[in-house]
Amino acid sequence: MAGIPHDHYEPKTGAEKWLHSRLPIVGLLYDTIMIPTPKNLNWMWIWGIILTFCLVLQIVTGIILAMHYTPHVDLAFASVEHIMRNVNGGHFLRYLHMNGASLFFVAVYMHIFRGLYYGSYKAPREITWIIGMLIYLAMMGTAFMGYVLPWGQMSFWGATVITGLFGAIPFIGEPIQTWLLGGPAVDNATLNRFFSLHYLLPFVIAALVAVHIWAFHSTGNNNPTGVEVRRTSKADAEKDTVPFWPYFVIKDLFALAVILAIFFAIVGFMPNYLGHPDNYIEANPLSTPAHIVPEWYFLPFYAILRAFTGDVWVVMFASWITGGIVDAKFFGVLAMFGAIAVMALAPWLDTSSVRSGRYRPMFKWWFALLVLDFIVLMWAGAMPAEPPFSTISLIGSTYWFAYFLVILPLLGVIEKPLPQPETIEDDFKAHYGKAETPAE
Amino acid sequence: MSHADDHEGTRRDFLYYATAGAGVVATGAAVWPLVNQMNPSADVQALSSILVPVDGVEPGTQITVKWLGKPVFIRRRTAPEIEAAEKVDVSTLPDPLARNANIEAGSPGTDDNRVLTPPEGSDAVPGEWLVMMGVCTHLGCVPLGDGAGDFGGWFCPCHGSHYDTAGRIRKGPAPENLPVPPAEFVDASTIKLG
Repeated sequence: MAGIPHDHYEPKTGAEKWLHSRLPIVGLLYDTIMIPTPKNLNWMWIWGIILTFCLVLQIVTGIILAMHYTPHVDLAFASVEHIMRNVNGGHFLRYLHMNGASLFFVAVYMHIFRGLYYGSYKAPREITWIIGMLIYLAMMGTAFMGYVLPWGQMSFWGATVITGLFGAIPFIGEPIQTWLLGGPAVDNATLNRFFSLHYLLPFVIAALVAVHIWAFHSTGNNNPTGVEVRRTSKADAEKDTVPFWPYFVIKDLFALAVILAIFFAIVGFMPNYLGHPDNYIEANPLSTPAHIVPEWYFLPFYAILRAFTGDVWVVMFASWITGGIVDAKFFGVLAMFGAIAVMALAPWLDTSSVRSGRYRPMFKWWFALLVLDFIVLMWAGAMPAEPPFSTISLIGSTYWFAYFLVILPLLGVIEKPLPQPETIEDDFKAHYGKAETPAE
Repeated sequence: MSHADDHEGTRRDFLYYATAGAGVVATGAAVWPLVNQMNPSADVQALSSILVPVDGVEPGTQITVKWLGKPVFIRRRTAPEIEAAEKVDVSTLPDPLARNANIEAGSPGTDDNRVLTPPEGSDAVPGEWLVMMGVCTHLGCVPLGDGAGDFGGWFCPCHGSHYDTAGRIRKGPAPENLPVPPAEFVDASTIKLG
């Protein structure tokens, strides 16, 4: 695998040979776990394992919660309280699942921004990047539908606002919205199907994760230098890499332990810190909470959704040129999905031949600004939709699009990159001296 | 198909197309029920008409009832509210249309075109009854009533849309006036919705 020369699995005993000639599953697992991995990977390469852990955590706690939950408008809220008060250890399992979603998104944002900084999306890893973006979209869908299930006020009104986005599509929007909801408004039919899909999507994500791993195992990992592993011979490759097991597995497990210490502190001592008190009030279709705020991980995109109001000139221009078909509401929806689409197109928008931001003196600053922009948008998304927050959201949204559509294409042309190391081995030695492998 | 330079259709070509066509139709017929099951079910559709007693609603107050899973505002307006709504020049409104399901589509959004006509022989003040969906046309929140907002009508707390005393959008992100559902007085004190 990986096009990187390395030792493959050889069945030795009779039983191994018998199985291998019928189903080479041990060989597949061996090659997956022993993949030659660039030995200079830094701590930003731990998030993949954290994400895998999160997926397993959410599936396990989710299946358990489903044993006690009732997806019906009259019983959903009560069944969640039943989990909190009566089910043995139920409150802890629910808090794990609730905060597990937050850990999942912390990890996925770190993972995505890692990829953006070190150019992990560039050739030949575009497919890995695209699959990753699909996983991210599926995660957002799953998290959104999961948040509806407790049937609190935020659940109900969040669902109303977000499904309302589909109603903004010209001509076919309303039938689509009715079809999604199973009625004229968010009601029992909606709750039932969201439960069904919330249960389904994690398994779709698991399948996509397998393809994601397959894709980057075919190209090999990126690394902080962005320089490829030498594939000229096995001896050369071994100077640039160490096997994933045991070297990186142990490193990643250590990182996981540190992160879980923080995670369990939050689950144990401040489980509702990231939630909204309004969601402990049962859903009431006749009363909207004063301030509807999505969960923190949706806030940057929520800010983009709200930023483009009817008095912004691009919105007016879009409305004029389409004869009013694209109004402010639809424009906001397009901007929100467009913000993710431009990120998915990064492999083709970035014209620089240098992968790693480490050797791109101008890119570094624009990237730092993008991270800051993301945080500012997250903050602005939680604020009321009024000045000065609306102006800040608009500036933040503009930079988000400018980064992908203008800055990335231009930088590749005007930037003079710094010299890159010849090999990963050179970079490794520059950091860690002459040692051949980290453990020796 | 199999013979690229054979321009005359053969029996085999015909069979290929016929089979592929039948396959597409069969697949579509098999998938449609799987899609259609998500549309509103019969019991949801059956709740499309309700009767609302309004004899307890005094001028200057409003009630909110649930119809088709959504809130409907029924307000008995005061004279100053009616006057304020009638004074507005329709051409200055963000949405100049009435959005009233009971009159011809595309009618101008005058106050007269928004209100519910009281039954004949009743002592109700003309223009007193305003019935409309309590669903913000921006993203579906329920606006706050009883004189809320900059125009003394309704105000949506989600994204700051202001509606006037006739439920017309005046300021904020909402694109349209609050729609008036099919409604009529069946007697002096009962409104039928739907």
